[in-house]
Amino acid sequence: MRKVETSSKKKSLFKKILSSSNVGDFIFERLTLLFAVSVFLLVILLGYEMYQGSKLSIEKFGWSFLVNSTWDPVREIYGALPIIYGTVVSAALALIIALPLSIGVAIYLSEVAPPWLEKPLSFLVELLAGIPSVIYGLWGIFVLVPWIRKVVEPYLSDKLGYLPFFKGAPYGFGLLAAVIILSVMVLPIISSISRDVLKSVPRSQREAALALGASKWQSTMIVLRDARPGILGATMLGLGRAIGETMAVTMVIGNRALISPSLFDPSYTMASVIANEFTEATSEMYLSALIELALVLFVITIIINALARLLVWSMDRKWKTT
Amino acid sequence: MNSKFFFYKKKITSFIMMSLTFVAALAAIIPLVLIFYYTISKGITYLNLDFFLAMPKPVGESGGGMANAIVGTLILIGLGGLIGVPVGIMTGTYLSEFGNNKFAYAVRFLTDVLSGIPSIVVGVVAYTMVVVPMKHFSALAGGIALGILMIPTITRTTEEMIKLVPHSLREAGLALGIPKWKTTLAIVLRTAWKGIATGVLLGLSRAAGETAPLLFTALGNRFWSTSIGQPIASLTVYIYDYARAPFEDWNQQAWTAALVLILLISVLSLLFRIITRSKYKTN
Repeated sequence: MRKVETSSKKKSLFKKILSSSNVGDFIFERLTLLFAVSVFLLVILLGYEMYQGSKLSIEKFGWSFLVNSTWDPVREIYGALPIIYGTVVSAALALIIALPLSIGVAIYLSEVAPPWLEKPLSFLVELLAGIPSVIYGLWGIFVLVPWIRKVVEPYLSDKLGYLPFFKGAPYGFGLLAAVIILSVMVLPIISSISRDVLKSVPRSQREAALALGASKWQSTMIVLRDARPGILGATMLGLGRAIGETMAVTMVIGNRALISPSLFDPSYTMASVIANEFTEATSEMYLSALIELALVLFVITIIINALARLLVWSMDRKWKTT
Repeated sequence: MNSKFFFYKKKITSFIMMSLTFVAALAAIIPLVLIFYYTISKGITYLNLDFFLAMPKPVGESGGGMANAIVGTLILIGLGGLIGVPVGIMTGTYLSEFGNNKFAYAVRFLTDVLSGIPSIVVGVVAYTMVVVPMKHFSALAGGIALGILMIPTITRTTEEMIKLVPHSLREAGLALGIPKWKTTLAIVLRTAWKGIATGVLLGLSRAAGETAPLLFTALGNRFWSTSIGQPIASLTVYIYDYARAPFEDWNQQAWTAALVLILLISVLSLLFRIITRSKYKTN
């Protein structure tokens, strides 16, 4: 098949179009290529459109947009620092909760579970990833937030209230609720990709470890070490998801641009600012600042996802070549 | 004695750690159970025929339904499909049939990256590209945003599914003197269509659950509208609005809308399961 292709490539364009048997092929290949190019252009178009839309704000604020901590639509001052802070902190804390659990789930699914249990469990974990985020948000507002307000926050402030992280009135809505809901949403992504990565480590690695007298846990640790780049990739995909998650976070985080160490205080993320304020943005500058936030979010998630994909791909290649 | 101690220590550590992974797996399922439990138990109270057939009632009047939102969601994912399905299938075909070059690797990489871009970002772009020139919110803008979001899923499933088609089938076609394009369309794509259809359904069902890209494109509409040039209602935006509203009655309806949305997605993924099952049986 490859030979047919390469030999046809050597012919001149003119001959190619003339020779009747190849006309269809020529058109078909170019047609599918056109669509592939359109996907390529689409990503560039996304970035370009947002750059155009945010020009006003970029020209006025420059880099101070990222380091200024005042977000004040009334005075037309837009500094995204508290929003970036909220985004980074909520995503990082969610990962800290979700990562050990996800790796546990991945190990259970790939190393421990009997086949009859593994299939339905994997299905359930994937189901968790398929729930629309607005339903997570709905559940967050009516179930999680009241529970946090009545049980979790009073308990934390009672036991650990001397720490700056657990100060303030227990509203329920705030960073803590967002972190919990994000960790639930990120878990299925990290665990299902990690499971695939663990499964891609050859059986012989485990057998060699067991043959040397390693316990099941010790052999699993060796498998984990082999799978490290892939798990890192999976974690970064989860990070990308946590940073870009919009609806569920907007519904529970309290939506106030505020830098505070306390998990009880309301916060804001880039995605939730856009979701919350975009339709209210009356002035051009306001809209432009919001589009710039979208652009920042776009660039960050592209970088994270690109690195993550490269890591996961490197795992695939590693075992395929050896 | 000493070696025996280490032996048991090793065994016990192993047992404890392996049990912990089981605990982690159970813990992961708990939120799923909770979410389903609340959605079903709270949503079922308003789940009646009216919910599917009637229009939303004004504030203060109880009852009413979300007929416009159910139809709106279907129209939106239909519009999205008009963009996402052809682009996804054609790109996937290109990647699997002609994709042995650097450009194809770049496209593959970009579709993967595209699938990780927050959906709200796509909503913002649909706003600047469609809503701003048209000067008002429209179903079209929402459909375009959903269509862009479907592309990665459909592209990658199409590519994977076409790759599963055995090479011998292609070679048989080519050996008979059938041109490559005809072989691809009539033999390869036809063999893989069930797999491709599952990718399309997966893309559609994910789009049905999207809210963020619709907030400032399709916007939402309290009245009956099927025009693609006008704002249109959708189940997800209704859930968002009704969940934050200060009315008990609306909050209840948000749960019902969530239940209906889950039912809609389940029907789509049930189709998906049925199609994949019959695929593996015939192979």
